[in-house]
This record gives sequence, structure tokens and C-alpha cells, in this order.
Amino acid sequence: MINLQPYADPKYFVLLLVALLPLMIGLYYGHRLRIYETIVSAAFITLMFTGAKWQQGVALIAYVVYQLLLVAGYARYRQTKNTTPVFVSVVALSILPLVIVKVTPALGPNQSLLGFLGISYLTFKAVQVLMELRDGTIKQLSLGMFLRFMLFMPVISSGPIDRYRRFAQDYEQVPTQSDYVAMLERAVWYLFLGFFYKFILGYVFGTLWLPRLAQAAMVHRGWLDLSPALGLYMYDYAMYLFFDFAGYSLFAVALSLVMGINTPMNFNRPFQAHNIKDFWNRWHMTLSFWFRDFIFMRVTFFIMKHKLIKNRIRISQVAYLINFLVMGFWHGVTWYYIVYGLFHAGAIIINDYWLRFKKKHRKQLPHNRWTEALAIFITFNVVCFSFLIFSGFLDTLWFK
Amino acid sequence: MDTKETVLAILNDLTGEDFAANLDENLFESGLLDSMDTVQLLLELQSQLGVDVPVSEFDRSQWDTPAKIIAKASATA
Repeated sequence: MINLQPYADPKYFVLLLVALLPLMIGLYYGHRLRIYETIVSAAFITLMFTGAKWQQGVALIAYVVYQLLLVAGYARYRQTKNTTPVFVSVVALSILPLVIVKVTPALGPNQSLLGFLGISYLTFKAVQVLMELRDGTIKQLSLGMFLRFMLFMPVISSGPIDRYRRFAQDYEQVPTQSDYVAMLERAVWYLFLGFFYKFILGYVFGTLWLPRLAQAAMVHRGWLDLSPALGLYMYDYAMYLFFDFAGYSLFAVALSLVMGINTPMNFNRPFQAHNIKDFWNRWHMTLSFWFRDFIFMRVTFFIMKHKLIKNRIRISQVAYLINFLVMGFWHGVTWYYIVYGLFHAGAIIINDYWLRFKKKHRKQLPHNRWTEALAIFITFNVVCFSFLIFSGFLDTLWFK
Repeated sequence: MDTKETVLAILNDLTGEDFAANLDENLFESGLLDSMDTVQLLLELQSQLGVDVPVSEFDRSQWDTPAKIIAKASATA
């Protein structure tokens, strides 16, 4: 039985584009071939979970049915009632499978049977729909559309994380011929840029250099096991992480465009960020915006509304800590993911102190292209160091 | 005070700037309004104008200028 992992090799792209050809012709002439699209999507999702991965496939089906029941039940309840305990319980139930999958490896040698590739990203989507049902911004929830949204094939394994209302609007509206042609042009450009990022640069940084640098860093240990090789490893890993993930995201956006959906972009030149706040507006954007809208803003809103903390600066600091701690835990229950979260919370809090200082002393502080270059340089290094924490290599270096 | 004046007063409190003459200035691109200010803006709209805007309704592209905020507040008030 063949097994096809998304965007893993050229064969996948050829097969997928051939399979999508009738859909493309349909969209070009102003029709969305819904049944055909459903069959192709189901086939390619099935091929992700064939062979040894069949258990993950079963877990995916069970997971989607479970989320569908939760969302349908809550949508129905929400038509007549709206209480906080019910909302909180439903959200807790919705994230429960993900929590089990993330906590299980920290407790013992086995992975949870509930897990499958893409569970985090589906959880983000389901929770987002629950939150918007609570807020009343999603009034009419079509369960068919919810399933299409959850299982939209180009993004199922690793995002970008779209929003239900945006997706549904795109889906209902077939682009005009000239718009669709422009979308296809973008798709072709993203596909080639993605190939360059993931299969050339990602390969060089990740497959050719990274293992050698890791080995050098393991051999030449200095004070605290640190070494110049570790420094090189840090920059190399940051490059690998970006080109691999940005390349993947470009594929996902490109294939979405081919299917007539404007899936949002995930990266916007993150290494040109002027500060950490700016960085999070450019790096893995659909994730950081999800956290901003559904964690940071909600926490802030809650604290302000109930006047739990008076001081505005303190509120933002607490909200940042919660925001990035949740993000850390989401990556996995290991010390380095949690420290990664705390590190970014600390960095953004310090950054805010600096921004306030800068605002107050605007007249005295110089501002020119050299100070901007310095800001980019500092941000880049802080970010690369955070990725070294994230990589887990320090865990191997120090504790294994 | 009408809705427009109230919104301008709230924005003035948050950013220290008077937007009466710059109703189309982009508040997010210029960095005048961050996430914290946004939440405070929503809370002030709620308490001063009775405009109930949930956080998840907040689509930045539809709230990015004083003029748009005034339009939104007038529509839901």
C-alpha cells in the first residue's frame, strides 16, 4: 500500500496537481466541483495514514467525530443559552485529546493512541469555532462547512491556521476568472519558492550541516559544554527551522490557492524584525495571531473587565506570560519548550520596557539606519538563541 | 457628546493624539494602538457607548482607522 506524506517529495506534488486538474478547470469556468473535491481530499488524507500509520488514521476519524459532536452540541445550546461554566467545560473537552497526547510522552515511554499528525492544528480550529460561537460572531454554523474547514487537505498536517468565517466566505465564493488566474500565478511562484526553501536551503542547513555541527558541539566541549561549534549550530538550526517550515507553509498556501482558497501566509521576513514584538507579527503568523486573539486578548479583556489588576503594564506582563507559557506547553511538555515560552515572554516584557523608555526619550535617542540595523541584529540573535533552546539540543548536550 | 466625539476622546486617551483631522490614519501600522490598547478601546466602547464588541469580532482590517471605528460604533450602538 502506498503512503503519501504531504509535500514530502516531488511525486506527491505531481500526483496531487494531476488529481486537482478537474477542480482547477471547474474553478476557471466559475464552478466549484464540491463532490470531486471531497473525493480527492478524502483520498489524499487517507494516503497519509496508510500502512503502519493506520492507527493514526483511526484516531483522526474518532477525533473529528468527537469535535463535531462538541461543536454541534454547543452551537445548538448557544442558540438559546450562554453561561460561562458550559463554555469553559466545552473548551476543556475540546482540548482534552490534545492535552492527553502532549502529556503522555512526559509520563512514560509510550505515545498516546489518540495522537495523529496534525492534531494540534485541528484543535486550534475547533477551539476557535467554539470561542466565536460563544461571542456570537459565528451565528450560523454549517456542520458540513465545519468539516470542510477542519479537514481542508492542503493545511491539515501543519497549518497555516485559517479562521472559520474567512474560510467559509472563500469557499462559498468562487473567484472570478481573472482573480483565479492571479491566484494560480501566485501559487506557481510560491511552489517554486517553497522548493527552493525546503528542498534546497532546508536540505543544506538541516541535512548536510546540522548533524556535523551537532557532532562537533558534542566533541569540543568548553565551559558549561559550550563551544564555537554550538554557536554555529544555533545559527544553522535557526536557518533550517525557517526554510523548512516557511517552505512547507508556502506549499500549503500554494495548494490552497489552486483549490480557490486564500489561506493566510505564515511568514513575512521574520529575520528582518526590529524587535521581538515585530518578530511575532512576522513568524508563524497564523499561530501567533491565534494566540494573540484567543489567549492574549481574552486574558487581557478578562483581567481588565473584572479589574483583577489595576496597573496596565502589569496586566500586559501577566497576559504575555500566560500566552507564551501556553505556547510552550503546546509545543510539548519538556523543559526546553517551556523555557522557550518563558524566554519569549521575558524578551517581550523587556522589549516593552525599552519601547516605553524610547517613547519618553524620543528626543535624546538617535534614530537612523545604523540604530535600525543594530535593532535587527539584536533581535535576530535573541531569536536564534531562543531557537537553540527550542531545538532541544541543549537537553542532549547537558543531560543525555 | 455624540458617538464620533466619544470615540475620538477614547482614542485621544489611549494614544495621546487628536485624530479629528486624521480620521483615516492607520492606527495599527503606525504602531499607535497595540493589543492592550485595543482591549481597552473595546472596554471603553462598552462602558461609554454600550457598544458590545466581542474580542473575536475584532478584525484588524475593519478597525484600523478612527473613521472605521466610528462607523462600527455607530452601527452597533
